[in-house]
Amino acid sequence: MILTARQAMGRPVTGPALVAHDGFSARYDLDRIAGVFSRPTHKLAGQRYVGRVLVLDTAKGGVASAWMLHDMAARGVAPLALVLNSVNPILAQGAALAELTLLVGFDGDVTAQVPNGATVEIDPARRRLRVLG
Amino acid sequence: MRLDDAERAMLAGELGPAARIALQHQIAVGEFFGAKGFVPVTQAHVMADTESLGEAGVRWLESLAANEGARVRVPTITDPRGTDFARAGVLKHPAWIVGLERRAVEAFRRLGVMMTDTCINYQTIQAPARGEAVAFGDTGVVIYANSVCAARSNYEGGPSALAAGLTGRTPRYGFHLDACRRATLRIRVDWTPTSLNDWGALGGLIGRLAGNYWAVPAVEGLAAVPGADALKHFGAAMASFGSVALFHLVGITPEAPRLRDVRADRLPVAHRIGEAEVRALQSAYAGEEEIDVVVFSAPQLSLYELSTLASLCDGRRFVRPLLAVTSPQVKPDADRFGITARIEAAGGHVLSGMCFYQSYAREIAEANGWKRLATNSVKLVNILGGYGYSPQLASMEACVEAAQTGRLAR
Repeated sequence: MILTARQAMGRPVTGPALVAHDGFSARYDLDRIAGVFSRPTHKLAGQRYVGRVLVLDTAKGGVASAWMLHDMAARGVAPLALVLNSVNPILAQGAALAELTLLVGFDGDVTAQVPNGATVEIDPARRRLRVLG
Repeated sequence: MRLDDAERAMLAGELGPAARIALQHQIAVGEFFGAKGFVPVTQAHVMADTESLGEAGVRWLESLAANEGARVRVPTITDPRGTDFARAGVLKHPAWIVGLERRAVEAFRRLGVMMTDTCINYQTIQAPARGEAVAFGDTGVVIYANSVCAARSNYEGGPSALAAGLTGRTPRYGFHLDACRRATLRIRVDWTPTSLNDWGALGGLIGRLAGNYWAVPAVEGLAAVPGADALKHFGAAMASFGSVALFHLVGITPEAPRLRDVRADRLPVAHRIGEAEVRALQSAYAGEEEIDVVVFSAPQLSLYELSTLASLCDGRRFVRPLLAVTSPQVKPDADRFGITARIEAAGGHVLSGMCFYQSYAREIAEANGWKRLATNSVKLVNILGGYGYSPQLASMEACVEAAQTGRLAR
């Protein structure tokens, strides 16, 4: 299965997908020391996000993610990529600074189309996400 | 993106490496959002507490500031810092946190940034005018500037707001465009809040319904005009719960004298909100009776909020820490008018230049044994769950009572 996004930045990556129909904010949702989702009400609470392709609904919360993605990447506790139905400027600004792969905007809900745990390949230059299985 | 002569010169490095790096960052973001060019900004507001920056972010700032001629081109100010340097001991901030903060401050000063350390700059520094393009970097600041002042800003995270300061411009997309400022969601309110906590809860509820950055709620049915502090809590909570950057209150906010002025007359009423819905949101943060700490923050308190708090503190003696957080602009007035002394006489602390959740909330929870936190800030309860707190929402009066008794009366 191949999905095409409307917006993309970053380098090509391949890795396991961590999927939920929920939002994303580095400050609100993550324990950035332990590398896990820490917000009790988040659908991925307790799950490790490091090295995963996070497939989520939309950006939530404040502006801190713009710095935090950069710091997480420097400390080796960043996700491999972010894939979202919609995004606010903060995640795009943060991804640009952190040189993190970001794919946004699909026909249909991307969280319903990518199976949790599947290996996915992302090619930002072609704005494509391929589910490898 | 189309670049003018000045922008091409910046990109070529003619104005120094810092301007070039800043413009490259802005082009990457602008092209991602389909911006066709830049818009000049009159001021920038940079969120850069060191819990967000981390060691890597501080090093990035220092390397930027080390470039010859690196200097902001428009007035550039800062959001709260990660500590109150004068009161770091109250929070048990260790030396490494204070040291990292000092490094960030030094780098900002070298860049010509004014360390205002406030998230209520629209109350304390300079509110933007209608149509004024700015690059603001705190969600509460952006939503207030867009909605109440009718200025124009996107959420500008720290790197992008600083880039705007260094280049004097920002990519023209999102809320700089007329098309993005029209209502996308029409909400009918059947109940009008009175307390700040109730206004915050209504804002949080609307933010949750709106759901994403590009949604613009038009709210009709309010029976009274909210004051500036009510709008502050309303907007900050809406931005926090929904990542919303612009709302219209029909007949109240400048761009929406009538529904049709923001094209909301073409939308069906998508949601009706009454008191029951607001109380339901509040009850989600009402599980504890015993509390460890009381916090008034997020956003920083105005002089009027501090004055109200001081009146509630008179004659009391607290058995739990009570922290009231304000801006460095308000604090001297609170000192001069005896407001600080009245809060401190009851055992409270007035902190300035920081905001609770931006001040290493996880570390200070562990250092002080704080978990059950009472506040009247809807924004704060929404944030602190992820930091390991059990946040409790109540009125300012109930929170002050809890600081005296150790228990939150429901």
